[in-house]
Order: sequence, then structure tokens, then C-alpha cells
Amino acid sequence: MANITNTPESAGSNLMARALREAFYAGLVALGLFVLFVGLKTDQNILNELVLVQRWGLLAVFVAIAAVGRFLSVAFIRPYLAERKASKASTGVKEPGFVTRNFSMIAVAVLLVYPPIMVALFGFQGSLKWVDNFGIQILIYVMLAWGLNIVVGLAGLLDLGYVAFYAVGAYSYALLSSYFGLSFWVLLPMAGIFAALWGMILGFPVLRLKGDYLAIVTLAFGEIIRLVLINWTAVTKGTFGISGIAKASVFGIWSFDVSASNNFAKVFGLPMSSAYYKIFLFYLILALCLVTAFVTIRLRRMPIGRAWEALREDEIACRSLGINTVTTKLTAFATGAMFGGFAGSFFAVRQGFVSPESFVFLESAIILAIVVLGGMGSLIGIAVAATLMIGGTELLREMEFLKHIFGPDFTPELYRMLIFGLAMIIVMVWKPRGFVGSREPTAFLRERKSVSGSFTKEGHG
Amino acid sequence: MEYFVQQLVNGLTLGSIYGLIAIGYTMVYGIIGMVNFAHGDIFMLGGFAALIVYLVLVGLFGGIPIALALFIMIIVAMLMTGLWNWVIEKMAYRPLRGSFRLAPLITAIGMSIALSNFIQVTQGPRNKPIPPLVSSVYNVFGISISLKQIIIVVVTAVLLTIFWYIVNHTPLGRAQRATEQDRKMAALLGIDVDKTISITFIMGAALAAVAGTMYLMYYGVIVFTDGFTPGVKAFTAAVLGGIGSLPGAVLGGLMIGLIESLWSAYFTIDYKDVATFSILAIVLIFKPSGILGRPEVEKV
Repeated sequence: MANITNTPESAGSNLMARALREAFYAGLVALGLFVLFVGLKTDQNILNELVLVQRWGLLAVFVAIAAVGRFLSVAFIRPYLAERKASKASTGVKEPGFVTRNFSMIAVAVLLVYPPIMVALFGFQGSLKWVDNFGIQILIYVMLAWGLNIVVGLAGLLDLGYVAFYAVGAYSYALLSSYFGLSFWVLLPMAGIFAALWGMILGFPVLRLKGDYLAIVTLAFGEIIRLVLINWTAVTKGTFGISGIAKASVFGIWSFDVSASNNFAKVFGLPMSSAYYKIFLFYLILALCLVTAFVTIRLRRMPIGRAWEALREDEIACRSLGINTVTTKLTAFATGAMFGGFAGSFFAVRQGFVSPESFVFLESAIILAIVVLGGMGSLIGIAVAATLMIGGTELLREMEFLKHIFGPDFTPELYRMLIFGLAMIIVMVWKPRGFVGSREPTAFLRERKSVSGSFTKEGHG
Repeated sequence: MEYFVQQLVNGLTLGSIYGLIAIGYTMVYGIIGMVNFAHGDIFMLGGFAALIVYLVLVGLFGGIPIALALFIMIIVAMLMTGLWNWVIEKMAYRPLRGSFRLAPLITAIGMSIALSNFIQVTQGPRNKPIPPLVSSVYNVFGISISLKQIIIVVVTAVLLTIFWYIVNHTPLGRAQRATEQDRKMAALLGIDVDKTISITFIMGAALAAVAGTMYLMYYGVIVFTDGFTPGVKAFTAAVLGGIGSLPGAVLGGLMIGLIESLWSAYFTIDYKDVATFSILAIVLIFKPSGILGRPEVEKV
């Protein structure tokens, strides 16, 4: 045993040798993975026959990235992380700062002044993009995710077909307003009621199911509703969708229709712009979100909310303590679905157009991903996750400057969902408990201690 | 009557493809208890691998005999998707193995989104049609059976026999079954659990690749979104047959195939998927463990 005194130098060179070896393997694996899909591209020629285009340069880039990435990870990043972990363990837990303690208040305040700031910065026309594509888009997902959070995060019922209730809400508004001319303010509660009703109808048969079985049946229900929307052309106009859906008004006082006499801009003598409507919609969805959050927070403290959380932790114990699991599950489904319905009718009002295309499984997956990535049960975590995931992918649409780097053929939008999918994996592997992994217990003895997320169970139904 | 038998033949063909995919779901669910949502996209990846291999073969050797070409396509696609699933398991699922149950499901959904969009980005969003590889049709008692259908059913049957043998009569299969029953105990008895799980993923992916090749040959076209619907239906098949059970997956696949083709033949084709999903819901509500599955015993 000549090598028994392991000097730091030899450890270092060992590390380097290992890193090089692993980098070589990683390159080899990457070559195997990408040789067909990146190295060759199937294209159609003028005769509509498939021909192969060779892209060996791009393949080399992929392989090089894999090898270099692996090398850096093994040689530098992992030792650094291990070291940091060791040093972090000794320092105590930090007291939360002012921003952390009052995060929700600050966030609401920022959101309230967000449209005026955008208008001040970019003018009415320029602010459209920021208020609509970012503000409203993100808030819709926040609302949907908070609604799903009641089902998945609180009651622990894994629902993969949540988008069905979103669709029910959107179509109830679209159909009832175009066939009967009812106004948004009448139909908003009705959309919620319809969705809640569907939540109960779909929830009733699956009361006995658990975990993955529940997930797959809810997925099936979501698909059934979408397929019915596509095929019931007499009512829903199938894949063409319903267009020309009426706009919402400010409680019937001011309208946003250009031809109406009580048009908002006319009444106040402002120049015509579509920005007012968008700003109005922004505050509308913000209000709906806050209602969702308020109801969720309040329900958690009521017997039913406690029953949901008890159900999530242990169904058998729950039953033996005399909690009626049937009503508990059904109310969870119905409440979650109701918020989905509200969001759906808002979606119909905002788009002015609904088609089954908007209610595919991918949407359910995105909403569920936001709930889980945010840390289930944590409203703030979910809002942060929605902002990062939806805002981040929306941001890619704005990256025009990338065209100057990669050439004019480069379209960043194409990579949107690819990056979304990869981000889901990376965040999950990096923080399996979501962004906010700890939560405050609803019931406590003497003092409120934060519970680490890993002490709670989910998805058992 | 002939019409009925004809639909039966079509249903069996379709069902064989679903069955092959379903085995991947059921094996992975059996061994680590997770729904590998990306499995449908692995199937699609297999189809694309076969497509590209076919184009390479035609480009290199022009008039290659079709049987040999199919054989090479299947082998390369199996290797390719096996490698993919091995890497996916290592990077996306293994770090989360000790975590809570939803975590791997979320990464699997993310992987499914990433895979289909990866193919969209690298291979383009359009349909990829190929000229018919096998076109002979036989007429047996007034029922037309195409060579394609025979190939699919025979290949499925052969592969199933091989896999059934591997799982039930080899040391590897024993290790898989042991890991499925009790991972900790299996590890204590000297089974390399990580390796066994990796091999299970590779096996599932290889079968999905065969299904992908068959799908490409049968329909003559493939597109990057083709993973989702067959994937969900195959998962439906796995659940219908009793998840975790190998013969159950095949039985479920055949049933889904039959339901689909008979429904399209006698009712409206528009609602065939609604029929499939409704039957899934009904079966699960009345017999949640599936047809051949063991009922789950809840331990308090």
C-alpha cells in the first residue's frame, strides 16, 4: 500500500481523471442519444418525399455540451456544493427578514400599481403587452393553480383533468352569452355553479379510487369533456370554436363596446384605446385571484378545511374519527372546480373566442406542475411558481434579439414548451418539495411551529 | 358476420400495439410504483428512430429487402429508445426515488412535454409520411388480412413469449420480481436494485420502440404529437388489465383495440375515444384493481 497517505494533490488529480473519464462517457451517451434525432433531419422535398438532411456540426455541439457539462459538474460544481453544504450546516437558521414576512402584502400592493406603472412607462399601446401577456396570463394560471390546490394540495386528491372545469366555465359563458345574451356578471357565478356541479358529477364515481387510479380517471374525464366539445358540433361548433363572445362591462355601468353609448372612453372623454379594457380585465382577474386566496385561507380554518387536510394525511384515520369522507371529497372537488369555472368564464371574456384547443391535457399538466412546483398547499409558493413558469416561457416570445445571434430562422417560441418541460424536471429534481417547502400548521398546541413539507403526505386520496 | 370478423382482426392488430406499449407502463409501475408518463413519448421516439433508420437504409442501399430493413429498424429503434429511457430514468426519476409520490409523476409529465417538443424542434412539426413498406393483402374466407397485420400480431406474440420467459424463468426476472415485492429486502439479499430498475426501464422502452416501428409501418405516417393518445390508451389498457400484471397489460391492450375498432364500426367514429375512456372509468369504478390485478390490501 504505497498510496496510503492520500495527499490533496493526488486527490485532486484523481478527481480530474475521474471527471475526464465521466465526461468521455457522457459524450458517448450523448452521441448515442442524439445521433439519429439531431445528426439527421427528415425533410420533405418538392415531390413530398422524405429526405434526410445531415447536421453533423450540430450533433458535435450537443456532444461537446454534454461532455463539458459533465466535466464541470464532476470536477468543480459537485465538490463546491458539498463544501457549501458542510459549511452551511454549522450556521444557524436565519430570522426571516421584513420582505419575507410581509411578502403577500407587498405582492398585492405591487400588483395593484402594476398597470399604471406599465402605462406610465410604455404608454397605453405599449403597456398592452405587459398587462395582457404577462399580467393577465400569469394571474389566470395563479387562479387555476390556487383552485387546483384545494383539490390536490389540501384534500390530496390527484386530479389530472382539472382543465375540464376550466372548459366548462369557458363554454358556459360562451354559449349562454351568445345564445341568450346574458351578461358577464350574471354568468360568472353561473359558470362557477356549473363547474362545481360537474365537479360533483365527476367526483361522485371516483370516490373509491386512490392515487394513480384517481389520476387516470380524472384524466379520462378531462379528455371526454374535450372530445364532446369537439364532436358535439351542433352546439359547440366543434373545432371552429365560438367566436365573437361579448365583452364584460364594469357592472353594466360602462361598456367597452366601441359602438355602445356608454362606452368607457366616450363617457370620460378619453381617446379610444383597447388598453382600458385590458387594464379592467387585469383588475378583474386580480380580484378573482384574491377571492380565491381569501376563500382558501378561510376554508382551511373551518371544519371542512381541516377535514380536507386530515383526509390528505390519512384517510382511514379520518374515517375512524367520524369524518364523512364522501362529503369531504365532494366538497373539495366542487370547490376546486368552481374556481376553475370562474377562471374559465374569465378566459372566455378575455379571449373573445373559445375552442377545444385551449383545453388539452397539457393545460392540466401545466396547472398541476405549478401547484407541485410551488410547494403543495402554499399559496405564495404557487403564485411564485406560476410567475416563474408562465412568465418565463412568455418571456421567450420577447427574445427577438436572439435572432441576431442565431440567424433569422431562429424562432424562440418554438423552444417555449421544450424549456418548460425541462424546467419542470430541473426544478423538481433540485427542490422536490417545491419553492415553499414548509408550511404553517392550521392546528397547533401553544405555539405555531413551521412544519417541513416532508412530514406531510400527498396524493393518497 | 364477415364484417364483424374483419373488425375483430383490425382490433387485434391495434390492440397488439397498445399491448406492447402497456407492458412498459405496467412493468415500471410494478417495480417502482410510478406512472411513467413519458412512456407514450418514448413510443413516439421509437417510431421516429425507425423512420430515420429506414431513410438511412434506403439512402445507402436503395433496394434493400423489406424484411431485412424492418429487422434493422426494429433493432436500432429498440437500442435507441432503450438508451433514452436509461438516461431519462437516471436523470429525472432516480434522484426522486425516495421523495413523495407526486414528484416523479411531475418530472415524468415534464419529460413527456420535453420529449415531444424536442422531436418537434429537431425533426420539424409536420407529418412524416413514408411509402407503404408491406402491401400484400390475403383473402381468407372473405376477410382481407394484410401482411402488415400478420407481422404485427406475430411480432407481438413472439416478443411477449420472450418477455414472459425473461420475467418468470431467468435470474434477471427473479431480481425484478423481488424488487417489485420489497425493494429493501431485495437489496439486503444482494440484488442490485438500481441496475434492476434500469433494466426494467430499458426493457419497457425496447417494447415501446417495437410498437413505434409497427405503428409507423401500419399507418405509414408519424408526427411528434403521436405519443400522447396511444400513450394514454396504453396506460388505460394497463390499468384495465390490472396494473403490474404482464398478461393483464396485453389483455387490456387487446380489449382497448377491440373496443375501439368495434365502436368505430358500429357506432360513430367520432366518439371512439370517449367510449374507450368511459369503459376505463366504469371498470375502475366497479373493479379498481383491473381484470387480472391483485386487489390492493390496505395496511393500517
